[in-house]
Amino acid sequence: MRPGSIFYFLGQAWQSLLRNRLLSFATVSTVAISILILGFALLLALNAGELMEHLESDVEIVAYLDQDLTSSQITDIKQELKAIPGVQSVTFFSRDRALEKLQGKFGGEDYDLKDTLGENPLPHSYEVKARDPHTVPQIAEQIEKIDGIYKVNYGQGVVERLFKVTRWVRLISIVFIVLLVVAAVFLIATTIRLAIFARRKEIYLMKLIGSTDWFIRWPFFMEGVFLGACGGLISILILAAGYGSLIKRVDTLFFLPLVTDPGILTNVYLGLLAGGALLGIIGTWVSLNRFLDV
Amino acid sequence: MLVQFYNVSKIYPNGVKALDDISLKIDRGEFLFLMGPSGAGKSTLVKMLFREELPTRGQIFLAARSIVRMKRGEVPKLRRNMGIIFQDFKLLENKTVHENVAFAMEVVGAKSREIKERVPEVINLVGLKGKEKSFPGELSGGEQQRVGIARALANRPLLLIADEPTGNLDIDTSHEIMELLFGINRKGTTVIMATHARELVKNAGKRVVMLENGKVAADNPSGEAIL
Repeated sequence: MRPGSIFYFLGQAWQSLLRNRLLSFATVSTVAISILILGFALLLALNAGELMEHLESDVEIVAYLDQDLTSSQITDIKQELKAIPGVQSVTFFSRDRALEKLQGKFGGEDYDLKDTLGENPLPHSYEVKARDPHTVPQIAEQIEKIDGIYKVNYGQGVVERLFKVTRWVRLISIVFIVLLVVAAVFLIATTIRLAIFARRKEIYLMKLIGSTDWFIRWPFFMEGVFLGACGGLISILILAAGYGSLIKRVDTLFFLPLVTDPGILTNVYLGLLAGGALLGIIGTWVSLNRFLDV
Repeated sequence: MLVQFYNVSKIYPNGVKALDDISLKIDRGEFLFLMGPSGAGKSTLVKMLFREELPTRGQIFLAARSIVRMKRGEVPKLRRNMGIIFQDFKLLENKTVHENVAFAMEVVGAKSREIKERVPEVINLVGLKGKEKSFPGELSGGEQQRVGIARALANRPLLLIADEPTGNLDIDTSHEIMELLFGINRKGTTVIMATHARELVKNAGKRVVMLENGKVAADNPSGEAIL
């Protein structure tokens, strides 16, 4: 592309936008609606992911110790636990605190559990967090083998089911979004094809006069990028306004871990804007090549 | 020699044999009528010149360059050596006369100074001075074809290709268009014109190539023996 040509291309693109107002409007609307649905699904998937992570991160292993251990034995066990690959943190939880917790849960202020039980029957324990929650069952298995461990508990059965659910939720989110992207490309390509079809005579003529393919393509691409970005922008404004007010309401109503990090949200919105422009280019590319084959 | 066809055949994918072993030479500066009934292969032959169609067999040369072996990227260059005139004019309805002619120069990347100089020149040449700002819809058929001719001439082609240029015009207008084309030819541009209007060819005294069933049925330097 010659430097001087860029103004010519921009001028052509602008003229075509104005001349085909209805089709331009149709393209912008199509992109806006596609991106809106896509963005909605993306935010949904993002929040589902956040929720899944939240649930998974709650999974931890509680290793109860034998009653008759010396304090040095207890420290040794801590070292052994820390040495297991994949373990992130090990926290000691004394039998006294365990009783306090039990008191809080069941006794309240009405009666003293210590009096009822006579002595504290609870063992010391370690709370073990895994770096990757998915490795919890394997780590638990290794902890069981350590001497001085009386029992290991991590919500066996429930955890496996939770992981199954989170895996499906993630998979469905991805499939759903891929399908939406494909649908958006088709929809936008069809709309742009209409716009190009209206100008097929002009393209044919340009080809016969001796235009290069790129000379013909540039204005269409500029138009496609512009229309795609416009559609993207409209959908982002709607999405941001809607999601913003949702965050305000939900935060005061439920305890749901919504994604509110402005950095992440900005990336999502910028991504959608770029996506709109990209859809404009892809749609133009797919639709235009057929008409250039003269 | 400007154009050479060597044993050119064209069989379309549906099995129709449009051209059958055509060999033909056209000199620089020549005016050639391509005649024959509908379906004789005139259009196919013309389209091969600007490579809208490729032959199934044979070779075609323009100024000693093979059109057949040419890469896709070189086709624009080939076409810039030619001006094409269509039966249905193919003017852009939303552009004025001036813009339609300028369009041909813009799309091959001509400088705006060149365009400003050349466009009035060719509009003047085809006799449309004063109609620069008119839109095609406001012009008669003959005037529209003059715009088409001006557009074809804008890039100073070596070869002017006219496919039934008078097909949509009445006989008087057709004769005016012919006079214009003869004049352009006299100034040195080679012209190839496909037509089945015998009355235009009859007294022209130009070379006539007669196609029938995809073959050259006759080739006469002044058209006499044929008509």
